[in-house]
Amino acid sequence: MALSGPVHTATLTDNCLVRNDWVCGEYIRTRREDITEALGQHVTITVLSVVIGFAVALVLAVLARRLGWLRGVILGTSTALYTLPSLALFSLLLPFTGITMTTVVIGLVLYSLTILVRGILTGLDAVPDDVREAAVGMGYDGLRLLRKVELPLAVPAIFASLRVATVSTVALTTVGMIVNHGGLGNLINRGLSSNFHAEVLTASVLCVVLALIADALLLGLQRWLTPWRRTVTA
Amino acid sequence: MNGLLDGLSWLFDADNWSGPTGVGTRLVEHLWISGAAVLIACAIALPIGLWLGHLGRGGTLAINISNIGRAVPTFAILALLYMTPLALSAWTTIIALVLFGIPPILTNAYVGMREVDRDAVEAARGMGMSGPQLLRGVELPLAIPLIMGGVRLATVQIVATATLAAIISGPGLGRIITSGFGRQDTPQIVGGAIIVCLLALVVEGLMALLQRSVDPMRRTRRRRTRSDRDRGMPLIADEVVSGA
Repeated sequence: MALSGPVHTATLTDNCLVRNDWVCGEYIRTRREDITEALGQHVTITVLSVVIGFAVALVLAVLARRLGWLRGVILGTSTALYTLPSLALFSLLLPFTGITMTTVVIGLVLYSLTILVRGILTGLDAVPDDVREAAVGMGYDGLRLLRKVELPLAVPAIFASLRVATVSTVALTTVGMIVNHGGLGNLINRGLSSNFHAEVLTASVLCVVLALIADALLLGLQRWLTPWRRTVTA
Repeated sequence: MNGLLDGLSWLFDADNWSGPTGVGTRLVEHLWISGAAVLIACAIALPIGLWLGHLGRGGTLAINISNIGRAVPTFAILALLYMTPLALSAWTTIIALVLFGIPPILTNAYVGMREVDRDAVEAARGMGMSGPQLLRGVELPLAIPLIMGGVRLATVQIVATATLAAIISGPGLGRIITSGFGRQDTPQIVGGAIIVCLLALVVEGLMALLQRSVDPMRRTRRRRTRSDRDRGMPLIADEVVSGA
């Protein structure tokens, strides 16, 4: 009988998983693979969406500057897109792209466009005319003017919008769980349906941390891209 | 396009509109939850934002609260609140919506008050206006476009976010979409998504009209304001400035 005590406690371990604590180191130890996989999916979806969104936004912004009438159309459409709820947008794409990562990425690209097109336009509009004229006088034109003169000067405004777009994309990715591709959102959803406190809280906190890290990385990249501003902004 | 047409025909079926889980009931739920959340968020955020802006203090808080709000996923807040004793009550959803409505209203109220022409404020002070008089008679009327921009942004966001309440089986139009997923009924999913999008666009349009109609300076200033400000996305424009 003297033995049964310790044996009993060993089989019915009293750890934070059993108690369903909000904060639980045991959860992270035992579900490490799950968490890494969800985190990987989250990062993949976010990076794909922001990169594609940025490329499309750049083209749209340059077009909007070339053709005046297009400007209102592009800005108006992207604002309207931004008002659409994410759950509904993913659902609208469902008949076309199905339960895939593509559905989530297309939705997130559309959302990022609103912010990015505005940011890029603001940046390009703010390039002083005399700078542009001086560059043209030196023989820069078309793409070379854009790449060598206008874009570098627009970097601060562009990166401000890029940071906003990235942070909100990280948060919005969680809703992708409706089509099983929500990264950390999948974990939140699973924890929600099994009333698993640690899973929901850990995934939520990771999501915010991921957003903050992405924001810091972009800020670092911006500093690196604009060495001439370092002393000014610091 | 067949998917969309099926969704539309689901919407046009009168059977889907009646009953306790019909579109009609869900629409009413959606509107009241959003309306309550907007009112509560305004009641909390407007006084704080206006007062901080009037005093010119707490700018870091007022600006950063929007950035923090953006980084926190709504879905995570809904899930966490659902696991508290609040569980499935309507308050779970309303509290989450209020939390996400506060940042844009607070930030815009603050920025609006700070961007009021300093000359006008100085002139009013010189005429002997007291603090409250200055707030009511000068700063508030001049700041109205930006303040309403924040309310509009918050309202549109709240109406959109209310859809997510369906994930925790909460009230609102999102339930049509989630129950469609549950039954693998694509026409219902798409039909629900269409009505949700229509509602969001209608609310955005109405709020744009409201924003325009309450601006006491709209006649004199129409040409001068930046078009972005009228489109209700002043936050981003402002951050572009502060980030630069």
